[in-house]
Amino acid sequence: MESQIECKNVTLGYDGSAVIKGLDFKVNSGDYLCILGENGSGKSTLIKALLGLINVMDGSINWGDGVSAKQIGYLPQQTLVQRDFPASVREIVISGCLSKCGLRPFYNKEEKAQARDAMEQLGITDLSKRCYRELSGGQQQRVLLARALCAASRLLLLDEPVTGLDPKAQLDLYELINELNKKGITIIMVSHDVHSSVKYASHILHIGAKEQLFFGTKESYLESRIGKSFMIAEGGEDDD
Amino acid sequence: MTELMDKLAYYFTFPFVKYAFIVGLLIALCSSLLGVTLVLKRFSYIGDGLSHVAFGAMSVSTVLSVTLKSAAKGESAFSHKLAVFLEDTNGMPLILPITIIAAVLLLKTGANKKINGDAAIAMISVGSLAVGYMLVNLFSASANISGDVCSTLFGSTSILTLRSGEVILSIIMAAVVIALFILFYNKIFAVTFDENFSKATGVKADAYNLLVAVITSLIIVVAMNLVGSLLISALIIFPALSAMRLFKSFKSVIVCSAVTSVLCAALGIIASILFSTPVGSTIVCADLAVFIVFSLISAVKRR
Repeated sequence: MESQIECKNVTLGYDGSAVIKGLDFKVNSGDYLCILGENGSGKSTLIKALLGLINVMDGSINWGDGVSAKQIGYLPQQTLVQRDFPASVREIVISGCLSKCGLRPFYNKEEKAQARDAMEQLGITDLSKRCYRELSGGQQQRVLLARALCAASRLLLLDEPVTGLDPKAQLDLYELINELNKKGITIIMVSHDVHSSVKYASHILHIGAKEQLFFGTKESYLESRIGKSFMIAEGGEDDD
Repeated sequence: MTELMDKLAYYFTFPFVKYAFIVGLLIALCSSLLGVTLVLKRFSYIGDGLSHVAFGAMSVSTVLSVTLKSAAKGESAFSHKLAVFLEDTNGMPLILPITIIAAVLLLKTGANKKINGDAAIAMISVGSLAVGYMLVNLFSASANISGDVCSTLFGSTSILTLRSGEVILSIIMAAVVIALFILFYNKIFAVTFDENFSKATGVKADAYNLLVAVITSLIIVVAMNLVGSLLISALIIFPALSAMRLFKSFKSVIVCSAVTSVLCAALGIIASILFSTPVGSTIVCADLAVFIVFSLISAVKRR
């Protein structure tokens, strides 16, 4: 199978100083990759590089299987601005189609249909006229996920999607993402939460202290030393 | 009541009153459209900063035309022509570029971490206010300096001295602003709501930010005649804030903000004619009143 993303010995950083070195991994179509790592380990730098917002300092990121950096559906962390933004759910979801418009000022029929499909897939069709700021955290994440689906229907990049949600909503969102993955959408997810990552993911990329610590399937991660020690360490903290 | 109506009808027979009315409504419409984006992007302060820059630029152009005139006594025809040109156009050829450059600089420094966006704006706006006032004091030919400054800051009379050329210029600018806004409506929404996402999906967010900044400076320069440079921010932010109290989708907020802004401007201008109050502050007071009413309604609704 041709891989959608292939990172070969990539070094990333800002202004000439490296944040992370030696990234080496592959993402195939239909994979569910979890990127684990502590704060400051270079996760967000890696995301920016995958989205094409910063250039690689060394090595190469290759795109295959008809996917490019502009065709990633991206679910960013929520910003402060959005919390009190007056916008209806539909307005937000359809804005994911914008990159397909080019210079055309308005959305066409296909894009409107796509937005409707995306809302249906995520079960938010009945919310479409509601105001974004009045929704619960879980519903807001679904809206942003639907927008990401409009932007790209084959590869989703999720940046800590469950942050700030209550446990029930977290579980719902994980199940939803899992369902999307089963429909054949490639998922790349950055996460703090090692247990649910291990539960759903097919592959794990663990980075820390400026280098790649582990890349491989979930099964081999659970067998590895780093995997075991990380599970235990995180498990101790998460017992609440 | 009929007496008031007669008075109003009498005033509207004068072309300069009609001009003021047309330009006033257009400015109100444009500023309210832009205002929604600026408020939501947390850029409300940019309008304030730019208006002070425009004030500084205006003083520079006044001083320049006065000194050029005195230098040109008799001889150099070129500098005399230049001075007359600056006076005729109200200094627009100088004020507009300076304000646009300031807008671009403010956006760039906002992204640059060394000087915070708000500090940069405070610096530029207070600096140009000080320089502008000093220049006017040092070089002004007119005897009534404080009157001049007051009318530039609060726009007390200048809207009533518009000439037909300026009216046409304002109409063209308003048409350009409205056309740009409609054409780029969806993009402006996306960039306002989530800049990172837009960038990641290949929308040129920086270009649209620049567009918004340039349009904002256009509006501010035109609006200086109406409400003066101190009160422009009120025209930009009040309608948007009022609309956001009551409405919940982006489109309805924009429509409501445009409608309230135009109504307030019309009411304000008419009231200022009838009760001979200063035009700019009357309009802003109307906007303020609407804001208070809308806030009360939304507070009652939430109960």
